[in-house]
Amino acid sequence: MEYSPPPFFKRGPSLLTRFTFFSMVSAVLLISDARLNYLHLFRQGIATVVYPVQRLGSLPSELAGRVGDFFVTQARLQRENDQLRHQELRNSAALQVLKSLESENHHLRELLAMRGRIAREFIPAEILYGHRDPFTRRVVVDRGTQHGVRAGWAVVDENGIVGQVTRVFPWLSEVTLITDKEQAVPIQAVRSGLRGVTFGIGYDGTLELRFMPVNADIQNGDLLVTSGIDGTYPAGLPVAVVSNVERNAAYAFARITCTPSAGVNSANQVLIVAANEERPENPASESPTASKPRKAKR
Amino acid sequence: MNLGWLRPPISTREPPQEILRPVRAPYIALTLLSALVLNLLALPDVITQIKPDLIALTLIYWVVYHPRRVGFLPAWLLGLTMDVADGSLFGQHALAYAVLMYLAILFHRRILMFGMRQQIVHVAAILLLSQFIMLAVRMLAGADFPGPLFFVPSFVGAALWPLLFNVIRIPLRPRTDPDAV
Repeated sequence: MEYSPPPFFKRGPSLLTRFTFFSMVSAVLLISDARLNYLHLFRQGIATVVYPVQRLGSLPSELAGRVGDFFVTQARLQRENDQLRHQELRNSAALQVLKSLESENHHLRELLAMRGRIAREFIPAEILYGHRDPFTRRVVVDRGTQHGVRAGWAVVDENGIVGQVTRVFPWLSEVTLITDKEQAVPIQAVRSGLRGVTFGIGYDGTLELRFMPVNADIQNGDLLVTSGIDGTYPAGLPVAVVSNVERNAAYAFARITCTPSAGVNSANQVLIVAANEERPENPASESPTASKPRKAKR
Repeated sequence: MNLGWLRPPISTREPPQEILRPVRAPYIALTLLSALVLNLLALPDVITQIKPDLIALTLIYWVVYHPRRVGFLPAWLLGLTMDVADGSLFGQHALAYAVLMYLAILFHRRILMFGMRQQIVHVAAILLLSQFIMLAVRMLAGADFPGPLFFVPSFVGAALWPLLFNVIRIPLRPRTDPDAV
């Protein structure tokens, strides 16, 4: 080999040896991360060390945002203030109705001996930066285990579901957006009451409602909300609006494309919603299909 | 027709064979750390998609112009750091940087023989190959091909090569003019 030194100069192992060694170690890490999920603690350790650098990296954009906030015109503030006041008025009216409905609902549920809906905890968080990994759709938010966030919790903004916390670090956590290829959300159509599961498509910001028969009662403009049967997402939050239904009798399922309701790619402030801890045990699996409670079947 | 004005303002000649002050290890560490901070800079999505990997570029610089100063271990550890910060698969950047180091060390004498513009081509090839490694790893793990725009950062990075060359050398140039009598 061209680069191998004469033996009287001691220069450590040869280039090819070093390259092979480091590639092998990387390959071992890759396999144990992708297939076995062993390296959580290791990742946490490095994340804690990198945290100051990460904060340093997000400092300029935070500063720019603050400077931008400072130079807002008076007229714009006034307009925004008016808008917010109107919205507040409308919301408070809706809230009053909601309170009475809530007590009525509680009462009815008691009468029917059903489990009550559990009030959930919210943790407000801010999105630090968006997807840097081009293969997945994730964002990083500025709340972590130190603030009580746990993996698996849902993330919402003011218009609906944004995603799910998939990895937590001490002061940061990673949120996988509902548009990610591997992210599934159990939903229910508001108009027809039909249950199903949406999947992200990955490359563009849309969702797909899969495994719906060709004659399913789904139309353009149908609102899909979380069904809550998975115990992760709170029930009744908007997920998406059906934007295109393609029924082709040649296929077993209809092709249903939906647009997310939440500002999945534009939200800055989000709420992390605690998961329902007191969910009933899954029924003992008898048939192989019953062992997958996440995939809601019609 | 004279089209000389169309040419980018990059010298086709070899980079000047300057006499530099000795490179100290803390300076190398500082450049790599700055590259890490710049890589982790939170920017609008449009810029993030085309932003080059400055760590890769800085590693190539040190390996080509000051061989045997940066070894595999720091490069590999920086790769792990990038994996954690990006939330990518653990070892993805580390493997890519190991390949990059191998190629850069193997070809560093060859790269030095060329002028700036030809060096850009070499750097682009090395960066592209390291991105191919990442793509292969992710596609084996089940991800979709993210589109041809995925490779843009390599070309942007290669285009920044002359700039990086000049910026890293600022503190290394002698303080007095060597040509002054």
